[in-house]
Amino acid sequence: MGWLGRFARFWYDFVVGDDWLAAVLVGVALGATAVLADGYNPWWLLPVAVAVVLVISVRRAAAAATRHPPSSDTEPLIDL
Amino acid sequence: MTPQVLVVLGAALASGVEMVEALTIVLAVGMTRGWRSAAIGVGAAFLTLAALIAALGPALTEIPIEALRVVVGAVLLTFGLQWLRKAILRAAGVRALHDEDKIFAREVAESRQAAHTTRASLDWYSFTLAFKGVLLEGLEVVFIVVSFGSTGGHLGLAAAGAGGALVVVAAVGALVHRPLSRVPENSLKFTVGIMLSAFGVFWGGEGVGLSWPGSDLALLGLIGFFVAVSFALVADLRRRTAVVPTPTAPVTQD
Repeated sequence: MGWLGRFARFWYDFVVGDDWLAAVLVGVALGATAVLADGYNPWWLLPVAVAVVLVISVRRAAAAATRHPPSSDTEPLIDL
Repeated sequence: MTPQVLVVLGAALASGVEMVEALTIVLAVGMTRGWRSAAIGVGAAFLTLAALIAALGPALTEIPIEALRVVVGAVLLTFGLQWLRKAILRAAGVRALHDEDKIFAREVAESRQAAHTTRASLDWYSFTLAFKGVLLEGLEVVFIVVSFGSTGGHLGLAAAGAGGALVVVAAVGALVHRPLSRVPENSLKFTVGIMLSAFGVFWGGEGVGLSWPGSDLALLGLIGFFVAVSFALVADLRRRTAVVPTPTAPVTQD
């Protein structure tokens, strides 16, 4: 992997991390809010949608941690 | 006034967490292999960061504010949810707590074992590790400052928050000469994750055309909402793991 690839990988790991689904769902929530905001002001929608994304993401991570407990040897040197 | 205070606080806390992690790496290298090469690595990283900010900073002013809010809101949300998820898992005992002492001990052991390769009168291992540690954590600080400061027009305040954190972390690190293991990192990350998520919803919502009830005060409501959701998730996870015991997770670095 070249320098550019490592740079891109760093930003992907930093922003998206190990749950790509949460990133996709955040995009979907923002998109749906943008569409609905055209007609009225659904200010409540985005917080509720993000809370649902958080619940899904935490449950997925907890289930994965129970199945495959992390090994300190495989943890990256620099993460969040 | 509320957003300004929250911008300074959020930028200072988030940057402080990253700086504590960079400090652990620099201390481990400096104390085991000497300070000269490590200090030059830190200086080189700061210069690289300054050049990046000087090159990319003015470009931000060219982006329309609504588009900037959507992009920054989405990125802050994705990034903030990641912090919050890990903090919730740690608070519930599903994931191990971050332990700067153990990370420091591992870094020291690796530094002692690494070969001494001298180039241009520098210990290359020390220079590279200090440079990479400060550059990568510094990039994260720059990202946090730009995200917190750019959309609300408070870049100076966010930078001041990060600058304050830098002064405190560097001063305490120089005084104690040990990793700052007493810093309650998980509590800080919990707080920062909530603030990043609240700011992300606020700015992302404004960017896609929402008008928040109470205007800027809505930020406080969003923070309260995410605090409530997060604590409910911690309680739920604790209840579930009490029923189904999980293996003890080892200490992690993130």
